[in-house]
Amino acid sequence: MAPGAAPPVLDGAVHSWDTSIGVDGPGTRFVVFLAGCPLRCRYCHSPDTWYGRSGRRRTVDEMVATIARYRRFVQVAGGGVTVSGGEPLLQPRFTGELLRRCHALGLHTALDTSGFLGDRADDALLDATDLVLLDVKAGRPETYRRVTGTGRLAPTLRFARRLADRGTPMWIRYVLVPGLTDAVDEVARVADVAAGLTGVARVEVLPFHRLGAHKYAELGLAFPLADTAPPDPELLARVRGQFVERGLTVT
Amino acid sequence: MNGNQRTVDPWRDFRDGPWRETIDVADFVHRNHEPYLGDASFLTGPTERTLAVWDRLRALFPEERRRGVYDIDAATPSTITAHAPGYVDRERELIVGLQTDAPLRRAIMPAGGLRMVETALRAYGREPDRRVHEIFTRYRRTHNDAVFDAYPEDVLAARRSHIVTGLPDAYGRGRIIGDYRRVALYGVDRLIEERRAHKAALDGRRSTDDVIRDREELAEQIRALGELKEMAAGYGFDISRPAATGQQAIQWLYFGYLAATKEQNGAAMSLGRTAGFVDVYLRRDIVEGRLDETGAQELVDDFVIKLRIIRFLRTPEYDQLFSGDPTWVTESLGGMGADGRPLVTRTTFRYLQTLYNLGPAPEPNLTVLWSPRLPDGFKRFCAQVSLDTSAIQYENDELIRPAYDDDTAIACCVSAMRVGRDMQFFGARVNLAKALLYAINGGRDELTGEQVAPPTPPVGGETLDHDEVLAAYDRTLDWLAQTYVDALNVIHHQHDRYAYERLEMALHDHPVRRFMATGVAGLSVAVDSLSAIRYGRVKVLRDETGLAVDYAVEGEFPTYGNDDDRADEIAVWLVETFAAKLRRQRAYRDAELTMSVLTITSNVVYGRHTGNTPDGRRAGEPFAPGANPMNGRDTHGLVAAALSVAKLPYDAARDGISLTGTVTPDGLGHTREERITNLAGVLDGYADAGGFHLNVNVLDRATLLDAMAHPERYPQLTVRVSGYAVNFVRLTPEQQRDVVSRTFHGSL
Ligand code: SF4
Repeated sequence: MAPGAAPPVLDGAVHSWDTSIGVDGPGTRFVVFLAGCPLRCRYCHSPDTWYGRSGRRRTVDEMVATIARYRRFVQVAGGGVTVSGGEPLLQPRFTGELLRRCHALGLHTALDTSGFLGDRADDALLDATDLVLLDVKAGRPETYRRVTGTGRLAPTLRFARRLADRGTPMWIRYVLVPGLTDAVDEVARVADVAAGLTGVARVEVLPFHRLGAHKYAELGLAFPLADTAPPDPELLARVRGQFVERGLTVT
Repeated sequence: MNGNQRTVDPWRDFRDGPWRETIDVADFVHRNHEPYLGDASFLTGPTERTLAVWDRLRALFPEERRRGVYDIDAATPSTITAHAPGYVDRERELIVGLQTDAPLRRAIMPAGGLRMVETALRAYGREPDRRVHEIFTRYRRTHNDAVFDAYPEDVLAARRSHIVTGLPDAYGRGRIIGDYRRVALYGVDRLIEERRAHKAALDGRRSTDDVIRDREELAEQIRALGELKEMAAGYGFDISRPAATGQQAIQWLYFGYLAATKEQNGAAMSLGRTAGFVDVYLRRDIVEGRLDETGAQELVDDFVIKLRIIRFLRTPEYDQLFSGDPTWVTESLGGMGADGRPLVTRTTFRYLQTLYNLGPAPEPNLTVLWSPRLPDGFKRFCAQVSLDTSAIQYENDELIRPAYDDDTAIACCVSAMRVGRDMQFFGARVNLAKALLYAINGGRDELTGEQVAPPTPPVGGETLDHDEVLAAYDRTLDWLAQTYVDALNVIHHQHDRYAYERLEMALHDHPVRRFMATGVAGLSVAVDSLSAIRYGRVKVLRDETGLAVDYAVEGEFPTYGNDDDRADEIAVWLVETFAAKLRRQRAYRDAELTMSVLTITSNVVYGRHTGNTPDGRRAGEPFAPGANPMNGRDTHGLVAAALSVAKLPYDAARDGISLTGTVTPDGLGHTREERITNLAGVLDGYADAGGFHLNVNVLDRATLLDAMAHPERYPQLTVRVSGYAVNFVRLTPEQQRDVVSRTFHGSL
């Protein structure tokens, strides 16, 4: 950029935003959902975020102006901003700038990602990220493929190690789907990975639910797990226990 | 029981101050209270004695629920001394006194309105008493009769069409909080002496209307205080002198409150701010070795048991409007002192602990005056109790204290008053959404076609023009403000004459500051309708008489409750505009006009009586409660809704602005500890943003659906609904559906 020239307006495809408490990182959070995701997880509860075109073009300035209204509230309430999706790293420049600007406002920042596109996150982006909510979808490459349709496990593991090396705190998330991700051996591998990383502050085992089913119907898509029941409490306890056994903090 | 009280100094070890010379409980509390900064770990569970007393009552509740009332004394018009002493369990009770001679036996209070009494009796299968009928028709006029003699025709029309509703013209007005602590601190004789001095001072003034009325009222107050002593004597207590122990302090102040509830079937009979006061006595008892923690909790538990069985005889329609059987025994807890010290004591915790020891209940209506500066241990305990019981409401102490003082209590749901210094003329509320439809229809009712407001040219054209609608709305609101205050002036003039709160007013300063507390309903519907007219295109559908009966909205428009200034500014404008119009009216006894944005649960009934609205809401659909955004239109979560509501200026709505937030436990975090932290954080954030009031329901949809299907499994399920906690299984199916369909915030 020539000295003195106005910076180009940076915009991105934003699906929606919301405020949430205690489920998208610590405290009360302003959550930006970006549109577009390269994966097609069978359990995805937000298929409406899959396509970049389903978002609205918003500039970083616009989003920051909206977030600034909540800055005081989320700070007083012990929270921050979470950039989620879809897959936020599909738009790394927008995501990076958004995180940087929020960070500059003094807000706690979190990045909610599958890590599949972790290579696209440059160091500047991660410098502006206080916490990564890393969705590790499986322990075995075959399962990862089965879950996501289009993805590979390796990039997520690579990203996780990079975060550990740079000392970026992580919450590992694992979506528990009966018959898909509940095998003892499957969970054990994820637990191995998590236990082997420094900086994993907690593991969140998220029970699969079908509350997103209506979105598939609205989009004219079939919901692959329409007939899969949520995990029962015993299964949930067993899987959580597998992480606890490895000395991890589990919620 | 009270054997040695004459030999001990009731004020021993109290720190001196002006409170000794003048009646000033606030000064006493300031000088003698000791903040407690710790956590809840010192609290104790219920004793066997407590459970035995409570179980005796609990055994009666199913029968009461089934029949609507447990028992009625239909032949004895209630006064402070009309009924013989009554007990729940004479051997075990620590705090005694019932409204009638038996628990859950309701009294009749025909001075407020005979019609209400007789309708209620018939509804519950009882014949009205002939002698009572004769007395209150032939010899003694009631408030209700007097009001209807004096209502002008336009008030009657506005009342009929439900644009002005819930008026306290058929029963007691309530919302007056006597400073019941005065009975304990000073004893009744001292209070009588003080009243006599006020009365004597009036002897030097000319006998104008005002002075005559004041003299008569003071004479009545003195008489009521005498009866209070007599009532207590019936239970074996001499309350002419100050209370000397914690047990006596609670007993004395409860007698004061009880006497008020024997005479007044008030819409809300609130208690005030008693915990910090009681704590001074309990602390002294503990120091003196008279009491331990278990004993202190036991006294509080026993007191709260009594507050839980306050009952009034009302019609089933009334109960339907207000959901269940409300009494609004509101107790204000916590808050900060003007000196920067928290007004949190161990007894503040003990009051909350009753929700565990006796199980959750809507009464007494425990109200925490929240400040981000409150001690952490107390904040966390409040959040925990909310999570476990949903039975606390929160008001912003940082707004209340500067506007009133640090000895202020909430009456009913959100109405703040300095205890013993302010009173209010309760004014129910008007329907702002219906008023907008009147503006469009030239003053005709959209459902009946009746000309209710003075005829004005209806808003014409196929599509509503924003400026034209606004001009018409402005005129309608002028008429509404005038008609409304006119109605209230009549009501309160007659209430003072025919159903004066002798005892409650005896426990106020003289002269007292008076508010006339008006209210509005339908805010979000009116705001979204104006937004639709301004930002979208609203086509009018008219019937054959030209009456606008439906609307078709095209285009997107911002809605209130999403922190979108375009819509929220309309809400601010409407609140400020209507408040200003009200303030221009001359109120009875020169009361200060205040306004609330509050519906309690009557939002359902308001909706039922309001036609289609330009925001797309269908005729009959419930309004959102209080200042809440319309159900389902708040798309950015509880925090965005809270920030929208927080924009409404408290200065224009000094009688309170109510927000009900429903969160699922999962929507507050994964673990209990996290949920507690996060809920306390949200309360801090909301208070910091300037929000006034927040009801917190921590629930999930499944629980509610199950409770609808199996009410017997959830006898104690408490749901907070706009300013009030109600027993969910007592709601009508329609109200239950409304609660369930309310936006559930939180990621499921
Ligand atoms: S990565 Fe997330 S958004 Fe993308 S498909 Fe999977 S669950 Fe859905």
